[in-house]
Amino acid sequence: MIAINNVSKWYGDFQVLTDCTTRVAKGEVVVVCGPSGSGKSTLIKCVNALEPFQKGSVVVNGIAVEDTKTNLPRLRAQVGMVFQHFELFPHMTITQNLTVAQMKVLGRGKEEALDKGLKLLDRVGLKSQADKFPGQLSGGQQQRVAIARALAMDPICMLFDEPTSALDPEMINEVLDVMVQLAREGMTMMCVTHEMGFARKVAHRVIFMDQGAIVEDATKDDFFGKPRSERAQSFLAKILQH
Amino acid sequence: MGDFDFSIIATNWRFLAEGLRYTVQVTLTAMVGGILLGTLLALMRLASLWPLQWLAAAYINFFRSVPLVQVILAVYLILPLLLQFLTGRLIPIGADNSAYFTFTIFEAAYYAEIIRSGIQSVPRGQVAAGYALGFTYSQTMRLVVLPQAFRNMLPVLLTQTIVLFQDVSLVYAIGATDFFGAADKITQRDLRPVEMYTTVAVVYFVLCFALSRLVKYLQSRIAIIR
Amino acid sequence: MNYHWDWLFFFQEADDGLMYYQWVLSGLGWTVAVSLTSLAIALLLGSAFGVMRTTPNRWLIAIGDTYVDVFRNIPLIVQLFLWFFVLPELVPRDIGLWMKQDLPYFVTAVIGLGLFTGARIAEQVKAGINSLSRGQRFAGLALGFTEWQTYRYVRLPMAYRIVLPALTSEAMNVYKNSAVTYSVGILELYFQYKQIIEKTSQVLEITIVITLAYFVVAFATNRLFAWIEQRSRVPGMIAGGQGGK
Repeated sequence: MIAINNVSKWYGDFQVLTDCTTRVAKGEVVVVCGPSGSGKSTLIKCVNALEPFQKGSVVVNGIAVEDTKTNLPRLRAQVGMVFQHFELFPHMTITQNLTVAQMKVLGRGKEEALDKGLKLLDRVGLKSQADKFPGQLSGGQQQRVAIARALAMDPICMLFDEPTSALDPEMINEVLDVMVQLAREGMTMMCVTHEMGFARKVAHRVIFMDQGAIVEDATKDDFFGKPRSERAQSFLAKILQH
Repeated sequence: MGDFDFSIIATNWRFLAEGLRYTVQVTLTAMVGGILLGTLLALMRLASLWPLQWLAAAYINFFRSVPLVQVILAVYLILPLLLQFLTGRLIPIGADNSAYFTFTIFEAAYYAEIIRSGIQSVPRGQVAAGYALGFTYSQTMRLVVLPQAFRNMLPVLLTQTIVLFQDVSLVYAIGATDFFGAADKITQRDLRPVEMYTTVAVVYFVLCFALSRLVKYLQSRIAIIR
Repeated sequence: MNYHWDWLFFFQEADDGLMYYQWVLSGLGWTVAVSLTSLAIALLLGSAFGVMRTTPNRWLIAIGDTYVDVFRNIPLIVQLFLWFFVLPELVPRDIGLWMKQDLPYFVTAVIGLGLFTGARIAEQVKAGINSLSRGQRFAGLALGFTEWQTYRYVRLPMAYRIVLPALTSEAMNVYKNSAVTYSVGILELYFQYKQIIEKTSQVLEITIVITLAYFVVAFATNRLFAWIEQRSRVPGMIAGGQGGK
């Protein structure tokens, strides 16, 4: 489904990604973790070409994203993405947030888009908030809406970029619950997160990144059982202490 | 553009330079006077006595609501009346001198608002921190608030001065001979609008562009210090 | 003071058969017409050039920057004189003659004032867009929006809300700056002010009346924008706008 082949990226002279290679198969859940500044957010943004890269290639569902002939809007419409800061559109109601891209990008009719949007809103448990504005919801609620907004596009896979790291602790679980459910339904997911509980529960593989490189790419059991690299070990020790 | 006659500029450059000198003089006078008067107005607006606040607000809002050209003409006509009323004598002032006064009192209103928001941009916590260290009010102002406020407002004050420099051209309304007025008078005599007005535009552009770049550079320098 | 107050002169007949108060009203009409038309032009130009300056395209940025630099660094009255007295000499003879004889002053004046004001609005629009978090653009793109759609549906609606206070003061500036168009023959409020002083010498009365007239238009503009601001306010967002985190 997603193939990342030898991707390298520089900001000027500074290398942010070094020769990253990995795959996400259909129905697979892959968790990407690592210290801050390790390039994991940049890497996941390369998958739908929000960040350009200078070397290597990323193939999503058979389409190379770095190819200048690729219709990026069409590709991105098939890849759902959830952001650290939710990024709901603050001037639109929840309903408008859920329907605007369905109508303007997929060309769905208003009724169909509304139907789909409300169904998903119900699924994330927020049907009663349909007419509110994002600023009137809590962070956890906003992030659940953001997940529903991405799902409304009927994505073939989902990217999560630290979906819980901007949330107050008591709101993290409501978002993780939605993600766990999604994973159990067989959605292909690539998640940048530090939530190791989530990784243990649903991940198939865990990727550990440090200084722009993929240091470890292992099955969940291998990663938590016997991480090979020292850096991954010390990272795990640090975040599991809490 | 083929018959752009540079000799027109060459023969008249002395007159143009005189005009430019006057423009710069008005700008500098109004800048210094305006900032002094503006600081006073800003402090009045921030004072706790309401008549002071009200007076300063009325002054500032008045001058910010009327067109500068109108103020230039009104002061030029009314100032002699007022002086005659006060001194009982008829004192001829002249367009050139009247402009110094007009621009100073007019720009003060604009500078005052910049200075006020500069002072207000310093977080209240800074004042509290100053007091907590045992500073007096004047020490807190002098050592903590004003240095930060000045840094915040310096670029804006300079930008306002560039606007002022351009606005001096409006003394055209009372026939004073500033840079633009000089070019206009030459045009009336020699009928060469293309050469004259283009020269004014180019010189203004070069000076203001360079100054605004300088302000930008200053802003980035200050941003690093903070 | 030996000043002779005479408020009734407004009802005296001027040499064109109209009364002086009618001169004032007609000036006010032209002031409003020039200002609103220029403001409309300026909003269009300012938005277009402002958006150009936020795109990733180097050439568009350069064009936008040049526009702003040129029109911000030359005094308004000089710009108007360029459009009225210099441009007609530089274009082909026939077009120049047409500009001098047939093109209404009003059109040239509002284009001049519109271009001048547009440069200031372009600055505001650019600042508004740049104050939004990068994530808003990303979120739009991730949903499959084209770059233009992210502007149309996501970034501009928020940017305008954020810069509305600044746009309000630009709109009020247009009224004040419209007075400068007297110099190219627009019979607006300030032109009438100058003319009435020359005819009647009643400086104080007319100064008071014209000042009040400018107050009224400034106040009306201010209220209009306050109304727009209230209408467009987003529930749950702090006034003044917080574009992103």
